[in-house]
Amino acid sequence: MTPTALIICGALAREVIAINQKYGWGADVFGVPASVHSHPQKIAPLVEKRILELRERYARLIVIFGDCGSSGKLDAVLERYDVERIAGPHCYEMYGGKTFEALMEEEPGTYFLTDFLAQGFEGTVIKSMGLDKRPVLKEIYFRNYKRLVYMSQREDETLKARAQKIADYLDLPLEFRHTGYGLLEERLAALMNAAVPQLP
Amino acid sequence: MSQEIFDKLAQSVIDGEPDDATKWATEALAQGLDPLECINKGLTKGIEVVGDLFANGDYFLPELVLGGEAMKAGLAVLEPALVGSKQRKILGTVIMGTVKGDIHEIGKMLVGIMLTANGFKVVDLGVNCKADQFVGAIKEHDAVLVGASALLTTTMGYQKDLIAGIAEAGLRNKVKIMVGGAPVTQEWADSIGADGYAEDAVSAVVLAKTLIGVPE
Repeated sequence: MTPTALIICGALAREVIAINQKYGWGADVFGVPASVHSHPQKIAPLVEKRILELRERYARLIVIFGDCGSSGKLDAVLERYDVERIAGPHCYEMYGGKTFEALMEEEPGTYFLTDFLAQGFEGTVIKSMGLDKRPVLKEIYFRNYKRLVYMSQREDETLKARAQKIADYLDLPLEFRHTGYGLLEERLAALMNAAVPQLP
Repeated sequence: MSQEIFDKLAQSVIDGEPDDATKWATEALAQGLDPLECINKGLTKGIEVVGDLFANGDYFLPELVLGGEAMKAGLAVLEPALVGSKQRKILGTVIMGTVKGDIHEIGKMLVGIMLTANGFKVVDLGVNCKADQFVGAIKEHDAVLVGASALLTTTMGYQKDLIAGIAEAGLRNKVKIMVGGAPVTQEWADSIGADGYAEDAVSAVVLAKTLIGVPE
C-alpha cells in the first residue's frame, strides 16, 4: 500500500507535484478541478468523493486546499473522515504568508495573481466569470481594486508578461513579489514529517 | 398593454439587461402605468425568476449580478415616481456594508437586491466600512437590520468589532445583525454574537424576515 495520497486543488497542482518530487516523498497526487472555485459549494462534496475513492487504498490522506469559500463545509467533511488539511484559508496566504497580510493591510483593494492565475487567467477568470460574453461585468467585478500584485512561484518572464497584459486589461498598476512556494512548502513538509495517523 | 410592459420589465431582469430595464421603466411611466405595479409585477417578478434559476443551478454568478444590475436600473427610474399612498410597503430598513479592510461587494450587492425585491429598504454603505458608519446609518435611517459582509479571513474579525461598536453605541437591542461572506460560518456567527448567518442571497431574505418576525 502506498502510504500517502495528496488530494489537491488543481490550482496548486504544479507546485505540489514539484514539492513532492523535491522531497522525494513518493506520494500519489489526485486533483480536484480548480474550476470548482466558481462554485465553492461544490468543494466539500468533490473532496469527499475523492476521499471515498481513496481511503481504502492509502494509509494516509492529506487534503491540500484552502477553505476557499466553502464556509467551513470542507473542514466539516474532513473532520468526519479524520483527514488532515494543510493550514491556510486560500493559496494567496499559503504562498505569501506575512507578505500577503502586509499587502492587504497596505491596500485592501489588492487583486492577486499566482503562477496558476497568470497562466490561465482567460479560462479561470474571464470565461468562468462571464467576462468574455458580458464585458460590462469587468467594471462591476473589479471597480474596487486599486492594484494588481503578482506573487510568483517561479521566475518566468513569459508569466510576467502575461501578468502585465492582465494588469493592462484590468487597468491596474502591477506589482511583482516572488514568493516561491512559501508556506505551502513549509506546511506540507511539516505535515509529511509528522507522525502518520491511521485512517479509521 | 400594461401586462406587456410588466413582462418586458421582468424579462429585462431575467436577461440581465440594465439598458432594457431603464427603457421599459421609462416607457411604463410615459404610458401612465403605476410605478408600484411595475416594480411588483415586473422587476420583482423578474428577480424572483433569476433567484430561482440560480438556486436550481441554471444561472450562475454573471446572470445573478447582471439581473441585479437590471433591477437596480429599473428601480432608479420607477422609485422616484412613487408618490403618496402608492409607496412600496417596506418591511424594514437594512443597513448593508462590507466591513473595514475589505473591498469585496458582489455578495453583499446580491443580498441587497434580493432584500429590496422582497420588501426591505436597503441602505448600502459600500465597502471598507467602519463601525461608526454603521452606527450613524442605523440612527439616521431608523434601521431594524444590519448586514455585514466579509470575504476574507483577515477581515471577518471586524464583524465582531462591528457588533461591539453597535453595542457600545447603545443600539444592540434596536437592530438584528446578520453576517455573511465566503469564510463566514454559522459557528463564527454564533461565536461573535451575531443574530444570524446566511450563506447566499436567497437564504438571507428568509433570515431577514425571520429576524424581524415576518412570516414567509
